[in-house]
Amino acid sequence: MIETRKLTCIDCPKGCQLSIETDNGKVMGISGNQCKKGEEYAKQEIENPMRILTTTVIAEGLPLKMIPVRTSGPIPKAKLKEAIEAARKTKITKPVQAETIITKNFLDLGVNLIATREILA
Amino acid sequence: MIKRELIVVGGGPAGMAAALSAYENGVKDILLLERDQFLGGILNQCIHTGFGLQHFKEDLTGPEFADRLIIKIKAIKADKAIEVSLQSFVVKLTDRKVVTYLKPGKFEEVQAKAIIMATGCRERTREMIPIPGDRPAGIFSAGLAQKMINIEGWLPGKEVVIIGSGDIGLIMARRFTLEGAKVKAVVEIQKESRGLVRNIVQCVQDFDIPLYFRHKIKRIIGHDRVEKVEVVAVDENLNEKPETAFDITCDTVLVSVGLIPENELIEMAGAEIEDLNTTSIPGIFSCGNSYKVYDLADSVTRDSEKAGKQAAEYLKRI
Repeated sequence: MIETRKLTCIDCPKGCQLSIETDNGKVMGISGNQCKKGEEYAKQEIENPMRILTTTVIAEGLPLKMIPVRTSGPIPKAKLKEAIEAARKTKITKPVQAETIITKNFLDLGVNLIATREILA
Repeated sequence: MIKRELIVVGGGPAGMAAALSAYENGVKDILLLERDQFLGGILNQCIHTGFGLQHFKEDLTGPEFADRLIIKIKAIKADKAIEVSLQSFVVKLTDRKVVTYLKPGKFEEVQAKAIIMATGCRERTREMIPIPGDRPAGIFSAGLAQKMINIEGWLPGKEVVIIGSGDIGLIMARRFTLEGAKVKAVVEIQKESRGLVRNIVQCVQDFDIPLYFRHKIKRIIGHDRVEKVEVVAVDENLNEKPETAFDITCDTVLVSVGLIPENELIEMAGAEIEDLNTTSIPGIFSCGNSYKVYDLADSVTRDSEKAGKQAAEYLKRI
């Protein structure tokens, strides 16, 4: 079955309005994007939507109470809840820098949980 | 009195970009004043992505964007061209370019040849928009709630209604949801959002949060803590349609209704903001969100770099 779906590209702040033609859930054609990222986004969003998780983890014995973290790459949207639960149970006790890995292969999702700011002792 | 070539007030993206650019354009005696314990300004509490796509050609979080600038500032600090003074709160600015600031245990007065004000903006509050009703606990500006969650690790409420659909309100709708709170509605009086489309998608639609356009909060109700809000639809002239009123129970109301440049010090000096980054007093500049409210930190950085260059050129002329 051929359908046309409308999506807003969220890859950058431009927010292009995309029009995607699908045939049985498979992407056949994309229009409305101003760059290649829009094409990739539309295909991903239709077939398996992904998001980067950004949240905070508790810092103990450091000058900040919370350290901001992110996943090093996007994770399935359906996993966001589970991922934030795992992050909430994570604690940092040693100084970190931006990009220091907090949890390797976070929840077996093939991405790392990384710090996004420096905190010294 | 201590003398400096250039004083930059504010260590957020605007102040850091201005200081870096002034240095690159030949100014080698810079004092950067920041009231917080860290450089970075509001970027430190903006832990979401979407920063840096223009300036660094990468999708960064706020703290990462700040970190890139902080690393450059530290590199210059090594050759003593720039002194960063943290926990330094400027209380006075004069038309003679004397800056007075407080820091723990100290009261400093410094004579500058040029000054760049990069003091950012502040949030509009409930008092600046007409919302009648009670005055219970549980009403926060969106940026304050962001600081509570992301910096302090407190969750200020469990059931939230957000007034206004600007970017901070939308970002906080997602943040509260991810932290386990229930965001019951975003209420916007206009017919569309002032926020970025991507934030409507990834912060509101992703979590099925109801977004009411052409609606307003008629009343906040609560004795000690917020208990509910009364919502009503409005017509094109923003007149209420009383028959449409309904209640939403909640314990928290976030107000996200815009930002105002913070320019009290410039006013104190008797200066007025003029064309890009300049004021009516030659040698006193204003950049970033204290000059005008920007949508993107990338644009703040770009224009504040110009302010650094403008200050350097001014210093060469005098």
